[in-house]
Amino acid sequence: MSKSLHGIDLSHLTIEAIRRIFDVEDRGLLEEMAHAARELTRRQFGRTISLYAPLYIANYCQNECVYCGFHASQKSMPRSKLTMEQIDRECAALAATGNRSVLILTGESRFHSSPQYIREAVTIASRHFSYVALEVYPLDEEEYRELYLAGVDGVTLYQETYDRVRYDELHLAGPKKVYDYRVQCPERIARSGIRHISMGALLGLTDWRRDVMALFEHVRHLEKKYPGVEFGLAFPRLRRVADDEHHYQEVSDREMLKIMTAARLFFPRVGISISTRELPEFRDRILEFGVTKMSAGSSTRVGGYLEGENKYEDGQFEVFDPRSFDEIKAMLTAKGFDPVVTDWRNIVNS
Amino acid sequence: MDDKLIVGTREFTSRFFLGTGKFGNKEAMRQAIVSSGSQLVTVALRRIDLDETEENILSFIPEGTTIMVNTSGARNAAEAVRIAHIARDAGYGDWIKIEVINDSRYLLPDNQETIKATRILASEGFTVLPYMNPDLYAAKALVDAGAAAVMPLGSLIGSNQGLRMRTLIEVLIEEITGVPIVVDAGIGRPSQAAEAMEIGADAVLANTAVADAEDPPLMAAAFARGVEAGRMARLARIGKERAGATASSPLTGFLYDE
Repeated sequence: MSKSLHGIDLSHLTIEAIRRIFDVEDRGLLEEMAHAARELTRRQFGRTISLYAPLYIANYCQNECVYCGFHASQKSMPRSKLTMEQIDRECAALAATGNRSVLILTGESRFHSSPQYIREAVTIASRHFSYVALEVYPLDEEEYRELYLAGVDGVTLYQETYDRVRYDELHLAGPKKVYDYRVQCPERIARSGIRHISMGALLGLTDWRRDVMALFEHVRHLEKKYPGVEFGLAFPRLRRVADDEHHYQEVSDREMLKIMTAARLFFPRVGISISTRELPEFRDRILEFGVTKMSAGSSTRVGGYLEGENKYEDGQFEVFDPRSFDEIKAMLTAKGFDPVVTDWRNIVNS
Repeated sequence: MDDKLIVGTREFTSRFFLGTGKFGNKEAMRQAIVSSGSQLVTVALRRIDLDETEENILSFIPEGTTIMVNTSGARNAAEAVRIAHIARDAGYGDWIKIEVINDSRYLLPDNQETIKATRILASEGFTVLPYMNPDLYAAKALVDAGAAAVMPLGSLIGSNQGLRMRTLIEVLIEEITGVPIVVDAGIGRPSQAAEAMEIGADAVLANTAVADAEDPPLMAAAFARGVEAGRMARLARIGKERAGATASSPLTGFLYDE
């Protein structure tokens, strides 16, 4: 690959070049990046996309994040927590759809969803799925190690924003208010032995350029320090909730594509996932340009898979892509991708 | 021409091995195996789901093909050994390709851990084909540890860059005797596969370049022919390249009474 427009070498993208890319609006450059990202993704991952689904086992929260409809003082929000027996049935219901990869989520409440509770849930989930990941509040290194031994293959943790001042403004109270404990968390996860770490910023909280640059630098630093860890990236876009009058800087579809293609070119091997918070039309279009993983048949409601009906109501996030697991598989097949259901086997606790 | 490749206790008439990852659909993978005549394929244990009978990757591999499970996902010797044990217990045989990779950016194999895993698994009766960085000391240690072949990378995996490691691989070809040398990663074109065979590799393993082609079965067949052409050229003894034309009257002729 030769030098691209603006003298940028897309085959050896530097962090300085990414800064320039983020600052210019250039259709030709974006087109070139899309081509390069598509080609590189195919070489690295082939024509495959892995599928997973989130599973909410609890939604209690101790934090006050102004942009989230689920914050602790939101009393009108129904709160619940599944028992182990319910988790087992919920896992069985999700596995029956064909899914083999699960992301277990709790709200951020150490009180209601203790490390012990999470560990028991992981043990149960490991019996139903070949890959078990967690998206929960930040934990200590030893707690992560115990979860690793219980069967956790990956952890997802978003920093939300790397702008300390903005972070402080947006997180009014709760354990999450401590920026450093969260930003240092990926290192604790890496040291615990856990294999996959997915990171991201909630795009829109501040200038996305600064957050994405900081995220890239953070991941690159971790890659060098912990080369055995497989890193993943996600680029969730903020969806404004009712009654929130803060000023945000929304990210357009074009900017999303620019972010995703830059991520692929800068990190040839990182997994990139795209969630059901994006619209189906956009997901289907963008998935060629770096995506390796997508959620399918998602419910973001506690106990949503067993209930079946109404699974999209009252969820932590609104699901914008309501397609079933089989519908997503059919879409991928039609686009020439092999939908990969099994791409992992836990060798720690099997 | 009787030119069989012997690995462990098995004989192969095809010197083209195929990886089964990265295909857009499993039927294309099956056709690629058939059209290339490949008799040995490698499958990652992590991709095998026995509960999934309809789309289980193994059911797309033609009968009679030797299946070599690989340890993709292993970060050290202990994990590679564990994966090999799971594979054998599950009934996938005892042919194992060791991949120990503790570097998620370049996917470079860890030779030291690979040697350890090879020693353990070979002593347990596995037929072990280790994927390695082309280093002479490591290759010798692998042979001593009981490897049935040595599989140096041609260039970074998935890079399609061909034989960037050519000089080091030539050293292995020259010095390693007793087990075949299989060039494993980075081979992006049939001509590069031919080049590997011309310099004396015993076989070539490819995956990305075939899986990523618009027509994988056709590309697989092209690779098989590239491998065959390179092998035939090797056996036929390629003439030395010369920098310029050779003068028909020797320059030093005046020194001799003729």
